[in-house]
Amino acid sequence: MPEVTFVESLRMTLKEEMQRDASLMLMGEDIGRYGGIFGVTKGLLEEFGPHRVRSTPISESAIIGSALGAAMTGIRTVAEIMYIDFTPCAMDQIVNQVAKMRYMSGGKVKVPLVIRTQQGGGRGNAAQHSQSLEALFFHIPGLKIVVPSTPYDARGLLKSAIRDDNPVIFIEHKLLYATKGPIPDGEYLIPFGQADIKREGKDVTILSFSYMVLKALKAAQYLAGEGIETEVIDLRTLVPLDLETILRSVRKTNRVVIVHEGCRRGGIGAEIACCIQEEAFDYLDAPIERIGALNVPIPYSEPLENAVIPKEEDIIRGVKKLLYQT
Amino acid sequence: MNLRELTNTEAMVEALKEEMTRDPSIFIIGEDLVAHGGIFGQFIGLPEAFPGRVIDTPISETCIVGAGLGAALTGMRPFVDLHFADFTTCAMDEIVNQVAKIRYMFGGQAKIPLVIWAPDGAGLSAAAHHSQSLEAWFIHTPGLKVVSPCFPYDVKGLIKTSIRSDDPIIFFMHKKIFSRKGPVPEEEYVIPLGKAEIKHPGTDVTIITYSIMVLHALEVAEEMEKEGIRVEVLDLRTLWPMDWERIAESVTKTHRVIIAHEACLTCGFGAEISARIQEELFDELDAPIFRVGAYRVPIPFSPPLERFVIPGKESLKKTIYNMFGKEIDSK
Amino acid sequence: MTELIDPTFYIKMYEQMLTIRSFEEKAIELFEHNLIRGNIHPCIGQEAVSVGVCLALRREDYMLNTHRGHGNCIAKGADLKRMMAELLGRSTGYCKGKGGSMHIADFEGGNLGANGIVGGGLPIAVGAGISIQNRGTDQVVACFFGDGAVNQGTFHESMNLAAIWKLPVIFICENNQYALSTPIQEAISIPKISDRALAYGIPGVTIDGNDVTEVYIQMRKAVERARSGKGPTLLDCVTYRFYGHFTGDPGRGITYRSKEEMEEWLRRCPIKRLREYLFREGLLSEEKEEEIQSHVKKSIEEAVRFAQESPFPNPEEATQDLFY
Repeated sequence: MPEVTFVESLRMTLKEEMQRDASLMLMGEDIGRYGGIFGVTKGLLEEFGPHRVRSTPISESAIIGSALGAAMTGIRTVAEIMYIDFTPCAMDQIVNQVAKMRYMSGGKVKVPLVIRTQQGGGRGNAAQHSQSLEALFFHIPGLKIVVPSTPYDARGLLKSAIRDDNPVIFIEHKLLYATKGPIPDGEYLIPFGQADIKREGKDVTILSFSYMVLKALKAAQYLAGEGIETEVIDLRTLVPLDLETILRSVRKTNRVVIVHEGCRRGGIGAEIACCIQEEAFDYLDAPIERIGALNVPIPYSEPLENAVIPKEEDIIRGVKKLLYQT
Repeated sequence: MNLRELTNTEAMVEALKEEMTRDPSIFIIGEDLVAHGGIFGQFIGLPEAFPGRVIDTPISETCIVGAGLGAALTGMRPFVDLHFADFTTCAMDEIVNQVAKIRYMFGGQAKIPLVIWAPDGAGLSAAAHHSQSLEAWFIHTPGLKVVSPCFPYDVKGLIKTSIRSDDPIIFFMHKKIFSRKGPVPEEEYVIPLGKAEIKHPGTDVTIITYSIMVLHALEVAEEMEKEGIRVEVLDLRTLWPMDWERIAESVTKTHRVIIAHEACLTCGFGAEISARIQEELFDELDAPIFRVGAYRVPIPFSPPLERFVIPGKESLKKTIYNMFGKEIDSK
Repeated sequence: MTELIDPTFYIKMYEQMLTIRSFEEKAIELFEHNLIRGNIHPCIGQEAVSVGVCLALRREDYMLNTHRGHGNCIAKGADLKRMMAELLGRSTGYCKGKGGSMHIADFEGGNLGANGIVGGGLPIAVGAGISIQNRGTDQVVACFFGDGAVNQGTFHESMNLAAIWKLPVIFICENNQYALSTPIQEAISIPKISDRALAYGIPGVTIDGNDVTEVYIQMRKAVERARSGKGPTLLDCVTYRFYGHFTGDPGRGITYRSKEEMEEWLRRCPIKRLREYLFREGLLSEEKEEEIQSHVKKSIEEAVRFAQESPFPNPEEATQDLFY
């Protein structure tokens, strides 16, 4: 299988889907000649023309709103918001319009719309370009949320997202774009709601998604050296959530660490921890450990940013805490 | 103490009146305040009492919040009215990326004495765009304090404290409790942020709740008493900072917890409280923590649909029965 | 405007513009040596706007800044040392390392901070205007934004509010003609951004943003109007950013700008233009110029030294400056 980068995987997928479905349209800032700020849409304007690859002014509300309008009226659309930090500029459109349209219309309207965006810190981009906001959307009924961690998953999930008739928020991580991974020739789709066990283990379950999966795998490797076998589950989609796979693992290991880059307070970890203790209370041998960013905006300076965003060591410490090895 | 009965609205107006008299830097800004007295009449009398300090704006939520922030940064204490909690989405960038971050991002140079006030909640057939409860968002956003009281006494005391706070406050009031009455002393008082209050003591199960759900919980507590289940109702009043001490005290006493809010259950504030309890009080728990919240759908218009979607007395009772393994009374 | 016949006024403009350029050139160099994280959005080429605007302000006047804001920050009177320290993430920086290049604020100097959200600062400027009006002072607010911001809802909402209440806000569009890679002609369907002022019933002018004197004169008029309670003005200052969108732009933006265009604007360099004027009018000698240059160089070197000698913040400081 050839190795491709995360960016190439996304580009390839968009291109194939645009070839497959002549109605599919892309919208977003600088996605035309410039090819997107991370290069994902490079070459697509040249191949598909300005009606199907629409580079817009800086108008997040109008990008989402007009993509919704197009999606409702027969044009399957992938709208790009350059940084997830800018979704608040379009929050009414996302939350009150996109998420609710199908329900409010009594199911009459389909909304085949993907909002592609990227999030995360680690590059010194400070408070307004480093956030992880998945929990905001998780709380809002009507949105599916996809958070891939490998080029392989990104491709299979983006295809499913594009072909879905419901709105999907497809969240990439800026530190994943340059990572490489194998991709098979030929088409494949990954259905939503199927977590992937990225490493098997029996002692502790680590639940994670997006870039934090890479840190969790490194932590798992380190812990294996100390004889601790962790099971690393990549959730891949947050809505729908694959609770079945989670619970199966919890019933085996009886110990859970949840890792995400969003703020710990009120983050996804809280919701997942609740679901686990509601469904598998008697299987738990230790409290569920949540690891997330400190509850502050992301600071610029390196030592501060490092202190705020979860690290491998935090995951290792979390696992050991559950095994009472601290 | 001289107590009078005031509605929640009257308690709020009184608090604003007193504070605006005390401090000339306070002003109120929002849509339809002067002629209309606010969308729920919640500011009636204030425009006349404080000419020029109750400011009507066009419909421009982003700019209203941003303007409040700008004024707060430059020496004023604005009180921003947002009409509906749903409209925070129209000002989300200003709230999340500006108001919440400016003090930290600029290394502590700024104080932000700003209150953003918005009615939330469902139950009035106002449908999907005028019925949401979005407090979980703002609790997840570092830099904001979130207040959501239920009784006139608490409303007055917390409005006053919020106005005096140098950190930004998001103040939610459920739209169904505006005309609800309760005793309020004539004497001056304030209620510190981050203090919960036991509204009904009990020993068998704790219901941790806030806003309108406190009222439902109190009714349920009365009824359960007859069935031999002694329910403790803890009203958080301030959601963030959260009164962890009170929560821990109560959980350590009852060993059983239900967390109830009207907002969507999934990733609601209940999740955070529950996760924290199981982290820190794992061995105190005799049963899983139960959460009560709205179904994961937008709020529908039709009354039977809306009643089904949002939690109330019945869902609380059902949860208690479930917890104690009782059959649900068919009547 | 008697200052316009005072030679020292022009020397001051020249020195400030040189300071901005040298500061940014140094910052880019430090970035290339991995001493600065994230990105820098250089304003090199736009110095005339920063200086022309800020010279018309008093220290107590407010300013709302953008991500491309080093120049405005310097022109508003910020200390180069504390700025450089912030860029290097040090605890002595204006924001103690929490903000970085994109978020420098200097509240004591009236700088209410630089915003990373396009159009994010406009409503805040309106609020500062309300504050001034209610407190009854004669301050004004200078609100900077780029041409990219004029299609955000905040632009329209803010212009309207400031107009109906006659707030002392001057909206200054640093029109460098590109929103990241998108040329302004593709982003608006009218010839000039200033035409939009019509819709709000306020004056709007498009000016040569590389002519510092012209910027200053227009800004003075707008400030006088604002101070006398007549309300806001929209200044559309046409200029160019030599270095592209940010330090990550390949070839200083060559992927979306033609070489000819970039060279043409280099010829219109605002500093070169002022320098030629000064020599032509006999206001500047080579001796004096050398003196200025060495002074600027020294102050930048001092700033870098100060920053590099300053400690990084302790990780524990990450939870300070916010209730936790």
